[in-house]
Amino acid sequence: MITHPFTYQAPATIEEAVQQLGKGDDAKVIAGGHSLLPLMKLGLAQPETLIDLRHIASLHQIRTEADGTIVIGALATHRDIAHDKTVRAKLAALADAAGEVGDLQVRARGTIGGSLAHADSAADEPAPTLAYDATIRAMGPAGRRDIAARDYFKGTFETALAANEIIAEIRFPAPAGRTGGAYAKFAHPASGFAVTGVAAVVTIKSDGTVERAAIGVAGVAAAAYRATEAERALTGTKADAKAIVEAAAKAANGITALSDLAASAEYRKHLVTVYAKRAIERAIQRARA
Amino acid sequence: MGHTVTVTVNGTSYSREIEPTLLLVEFLRETLALTGTHVGCDTSQCGACTVLVDGRATKACTMLAVQADGATVVTVEGLAKNGDLHPIQRAFAKEHGLQCGFCTPGLMITAVDFLERNASPSDAEIRHAIEGNLCRCTGYHNIVNAIRTASAEMRQAASGEAKIAAEVQP
Repeated sequence: MITHPFTYQAPATIEEAVQQLGKGDDAKVIAGGHSLLPLMKLGLAQPETLIDLRHIASLHQIRTEADGTIVIGALATHRDIAHDKTVRAKLAALADAAGEVGDLQVRARGTIGGSLAHADSAADEPAPTLAYDATIRAMGPAGRRDIAARDYFKGTFETALAANEIIAEIRFPAPAGRTGGAYAKFAHPASGFAVTGVAAVVTIKSDGTVERAAIGVAGVAAAAYRATEAERALTGTKADAKAIVEAAAKAANGITALSDLAASAEYRKHLVTVYAKRAIERAIQRARA
Repeated sequence: MGHTVTVTVNGTSYSREIEPTLLLVEFLRETLALTGTHVGCDTSQCGACTVLVDGRATKACTMLAVQADGATVVTVEGLAKNGDLHPIQRAFAKEHGLQCGFCTPGLMITAVDFLERNASPSDAEIRHAIEGNLCRCTGYHNIVNAIRTASAEMRQAASGEAKIAAEVQP
C-alpha cells in the first residue's frame, strides 16, 4: 500500500520528461519501479510527482550502431537483456548478470536504467557495465551528457547523475576480436542481491596471451569498482590456472569491504577472490571458444 | 487527481477511474473483486500476487495500476478455459503441489510464463524459475513435480495439435 499521494505523468518524449523533472517540486522518475515502489511503500521515498518513462519508445530498444557499439535503452528489462541474442554473443558478462538479477518476476519488469540510477551497492549490472567500459548517456536540460562507467558509481545510492538528468541509454563499445565475458555471483540467499558479483571480460591474442582484462565487482564495497590490480596481474599472461589464481587473489586489494549480517568484510574479500577466479575462468573459456 | 485506465483482464476490458497510488494488485482485488490474486508480503518478495502482464509474470504489488493502462492481464481466474482447468492447475492437484493454497495462484502464473519459454525444463531450471515465489507449507518438492508434470502434458498437447495440423494439410 502506498499512502503518500502523488501526481502521475507519463510523457511521450524524454525531452518532456526532463522538463517535468526540472519543474522544482519533488519529482521522481519511474522505470520498472522495482527499487522505487518498495521505497515508497516504506515511506523512504515520498515524491510529489512520478514521471513514468514507459511511453518513450526509444528507451525500450536494444540496438547495434554502425561502428558496432551496442546500445541498451534505459528501459530494457533484465529479461530483455538476458535473452537478447546480440548481448549474449557480444556482452556475455552482462547477459549473465541480467539473468541473475532478483527473480523471474523482478527480471520481467526491472530495468538496467533503473538499476544504474538507483545504484544499490549490491545490484548486479554495475559490474559488467564497468567491465565493458560502457558509457551512460544521460539527458538533462542542457541536452545529452555522456558519463564513463568508471566515473559514474560514487557510493551506495550515489552516482554522477545530476538530479535533473535521466538515463537514456547505456552504450557498450563493441568488444575486440577474441573477447569472452562472464559474471559469477554469490547471491544473498533471501534477497537474491549480490553479496559478491564479479564480471570478468578478457580479450586474448591469437597466441593465447591476455591482451586486455577488465574486472568489475559488485556487492562488496559501497560502490561497484574495477579490480585494477587483478586486471594488471592477468594481462600479458597465458591465462593458465596459476595466472588466474594469482590475479583473482588481488581482486579485493585496496578495497574497504562492506560488513553486514550476510558477510563480514573479511569474508566478503575472500568471496571476491573465489568468484573472480570463477568469472575469469569462464571468460577465458568463452574467449577461446 | 483520478486517472482513467483501461485494462484487459482475463479477456474482459475494464475502464475505471483510479488514484495513482493504487497498486495493480489492489486494482484487481478491490476495484475488480478478483480475489484469486493474493497479497502475501506487499514487499516484492513472496510472489503470491504474481499475474501475467502482457505475457510476463509480474508481482502485482510492485506495479501501479496506472502503469497497466492499455495492458493485458491474466490472473488465476483466467487460466481455465470454458470450464476446463489449465494443465498447470490439473498438475498442481494431481501432484499435491499445494497445502494451504495461499501461494498457489502466484506459483501457477509464474509457471505458465516459464513453461511458455521453456517447454521441457530440468528440475534445476524449474527451481530457478520459482525463486520469486515463496511457499511455507510444501517444501517445494511437489510444486516442482507439478510444474514438470504440466510441462509434459503441455508438450503432449502441443505435439497432438501439430499432428492434427499435419493431417489436415492437403
